[in-house]
Amino acid sequence: MNVNGVDHPAPTDPRRLLSDHIRHDIGLTGTHVGCEHGVCGCCTVLFDGAPVRSCLMLAIQAEGHQVTTIEGLAPDGAPLHPVQQAFHETHGLQCGFCTPGFVMSVVGLLKQNPDPTPEEIDEGISGNLCRCTGYASIRRAVLRAAELSR
Amino acid sequence: MTTRWFGARVQRLEDDRLLRGHGRYTDDIDEGALESVLVRSPYAHARITSIDISVARAMPGVVAVYTAADLPFGDQHLPILIPHPNLTHGRTQRTLATDVVRYAGEAVAFVVAETRALAEDAAEAVQVEYEPLPVVITPEAAAAAEHLVHADVPGNVAAEMLQEVGDVDAALKSAPHRKRLHFRFERAAASPLEGRAVWARWSAAERKLTVFDSTQSPTSIRGGLAVLFGLPESHVEVIAPDVGGGFGPKIMLFYPDELLVPYAAMQLGRPVKWTEDRQEHFTAVNQERGQVHEVEVGYDAEGRLLALSDDFIHDGGAYTPYGIILPIITAGQLPGPYRLPNYRVRFRDVYTNATPTSPYRGAGRPHACFVMERTLDAIAAELGIDRAEVRRRNFIQPDQFPYDVGVAWQDGNTVVYDSGNYPLLLEKALKLLGPRPEGDHIGMGLGVYVEGTGVGPYEGAHVQVLVSGKVVAATGIPSQGQAHATVWAQIVADELGVDVADVEVSSGDTRRFPWGVGTFASRGAVTAGNAMAVAARMVADKARRIAADHLEADAADLELAGGQVHVKGAPSRGMPLAAVSVLANPVRYAFGGGTEAATQFTAKPRPGPPLLEGEQPGLEATGYFSPPGSTWASGCHAAYVRVDPNTYRLEILKYVVVHDCGRVINPMVIEGQIEGGVAQGIGGAFYERLAYDEEGQLRNASFMEFLMPYATEIPPIEIDHIETPSPLNPLGIKGAGEAGVIPVGAVLGSAIEEAIGVPITEMPLSPLKLFELTAGR
Repeated sequence: MNVNGVDHPAPTDPRRLLSDHIRHDIGLTGTHVGCEHGVCGCCTVLFDGAPVRSCLMLAIQAEGHQVTTIEGLAPDGAPLHPVQQAFHETHGLQCGFCTPGFVMSVVGLLKQNPDPTPEEIDEGISGNLCRCTGYASIRRAVLRAAELSR
Repeated sequence: MTTRWFGARVQRLEDDRLLRGHGRYTDDIDEGALESVLVRSPYAHARITSIDISVARAMPGVVAVYTAADLPFGDQHLPILIPHPNLTHGRTQRTLATDVVRYAGEAVAFVVAETRALAEDAAEAVQVEYEPLPVVITPEAAAAAEHLVHADVPGNVAAEMLQEVGDVDAALKSAPHRKRLHFRFERAAASPLEGRAVWARWSAAERKLTVFDSTQSPTSIRGGLAVLFGLPESHVEVIAPDVGGGFGPKIMLFYPDELLVPYAAMQLGRPVKWTEDRQEHFTAVNQERGQVHEVEVGYDAEGRLLALSDDFIHDGGAYTPYGIILPIITAGQLPGPYRLPNYRVRFRDVYTNATPTSPYRGAGRPHACFVMERTLDAIAAELGIDRAEVRRRNFIQPDQFPYDVGVAWQDGNTVVYDSGNYPLLLEKALKLLGPRPEGDHIGMGLGVYVEGTGVGPYEGAHVQVLVSGKVVAATGIPSQGQAHATVWAQIVADELGVDVADVEVSSGDTRRFPWGVGTFASRGAVTAGNAMAVAARMVADKARRIAADHLEADAADLELAGGQVHVKGAPSRGMPLAAVSVLANPVRYAFGGGTEAATQFTAKPRPGPPLLEGEQPGLEATGYFSPPGSTWASGCHAAYVRVDPNTYRLEILKYVVVHDCGRVINPMVIEGQIEGGVAQGIGGAFYERLAYDEEGQLRNASFMEFLMPYATEIPPIEIDHIETPSPLNPLGIKGAGEAGVIPVGAVLGSAIEEAIGVPITEMPLSPLKLFELTAGR
């Protein structure tokens, strides 16, 4: 599978989850695991460009596909991706644990809908749980990201 | 002092790495660590008749399997963290259970293997035989004591405490109006999105133990491990790296894994890690909030409180590791912002066969606030007086501070409010709330609260100006998202006259700062924030002393600004702070970074030894702040809600908060704390319920059935502030971490009661609960 533009060998353990493979075999620990049953959204990555929960997939299912993780949005040293920048400007993160999942969801959302209404924003981020922010600043982040992406 | 950074909406300094996926949470650390899994009791109350680990131990990839019998400390009970004379029957569990398990999820055995999957396979092969015992699951059943949780604790009562101010019986007897009320609060779970995790490495050559722990108190964990393993504290390093939310239950000494992982690492000579999964988090991590209150209140015809008596049961869970802090807080905070001339409170902390309890954001206060606010609503309804007006008539007035409530507080003092302006909070909240929306099934809710914050005993900080002019600052307490790296940098930057981006803060790493207590009780900003100011002022004084010699000026005439130390009003007569840092350390051997300026053959500004008597080298200082008592934040929340009469769906039409946490360091951070707290309060009031059955099984131990709110459930929150500075600390600040959550249950209970027309006396609610409450109406 190709992760952030780099080809990686297939996982050796057939029961390895994609989330564990990304974190522990490839070593990209920015993808987090909060529930392992597909509710919290912390493990969201882009799978061929669309957000998916990597804890609900086996790693071998990703063979031959493109996976983008949080580390793949902005190279080290380069400016933040507009969605990352927007989260920073609006205080859209506190502990930061859910943040990579939210950022990947919002990247996917804005690709589909570059100018979402407040209702569409709530709908678009309603697959991700945050226990710190109360979502208000994340809503502001999505609006700001849409602005920065124009 | 200048106020350039303090009070500004400074964007967070810790964001960049978190946003790039470069955060470092405990499970991100690997370094070839062995993985481990705990075998936990499936029963809520049972006698262990046998444990057979032979099959598990022989499985491929299994490195070790431990039961209590395999541990040198296996017979010891874990400590009672906060002993109290009234805790007459305190009980704690052993690291691994030996004879009896008292909650589903109690640890029984510990498996270490090459991978997590192999460890989980082996854990399933550990054979434990249990003989089930009768289960006590509700606080009412505990108090009835038909069955005992601990055979040697009569009545299931761990502690009982009675306090009285004034003469309650006489005041109730003579009161023109009296009312009896019953309130019930169920258990709740903090549910941070990062579960708990521990990673440990033992270096035999250096006899040094290094532990990464997603804890809220690394300094205390370090002290405990040093005692247990007989090591000097200097040989134990505990680091709370990035912690993915805490909200209270990540402060414990100890969860069993916090001993087992370091012990296994020492025994096996390899790093060992343990990462909790979500299901075990639901049963193995402390919970809170279960209480049942019986209130009798006396009041006059104008709704003024004359006396209140409260008798409540606190569901302590299976053990009392955290002492009786929670019911003490409830008892102390129950009077809230109101004058209560006669107050009696008795509590019993009872054992149940459920997960032990310890503070969860709010910590005894949401229940206290619910009881008091719902009582005032009941008085208002009885007398036909507006709910806001009843509160106005009972508020402690702005000229009555300090105000001594007269009952015990969690720091050993009594509850004494230091400052506040409760009437102003209410008026501003009502104004912000505005007119009632049009429509049916709409209710208005109101809740006013106080919060004792910034509890001691102390925190400390180390501040150092490097020879580069950059500043490093460290404190012992960790962050779980509260922007410590930003707000403390703001405080230090102001004191030293440098840019906030030039201050790098380290927190929660005993290698950088070994002393301190922990992040809890809305205390970080008050205790560590003021310690930062103390240490930074010491550094600034030292910088002035050293620069005065070189500038041939009086230290009192110097100021620190723009990264320079210069004569006030004459910026050209100065020197960079970096140069002062060089001069602060007289050297024989220059090592770059400008240090040649401090060698012995460069010009000396004054006679005498290079280092003044009593002076230490380096432009650095360590300072501490120990508050004389808690400082009391306060606030008022108000809301309009609509309840769908057919589906009982709750729609929060408007939610406003007016908050007073004294001087605000960073409004952006405070707003985030409040918004997050209110959301947690809404979740706790209407969506999240821990569904224990009669056998003590938690039936909804997953995020699929324990419904934490998504964005779709949380309305926008409108926020305003007032500032009554605290007289108890140099910065005049009060804590803000828990405030958002405290009155939400009271506010929504009040609003829903009005919307559907039935009394709301319990938490949590849900559409099903409202359907049941209204059935037959």
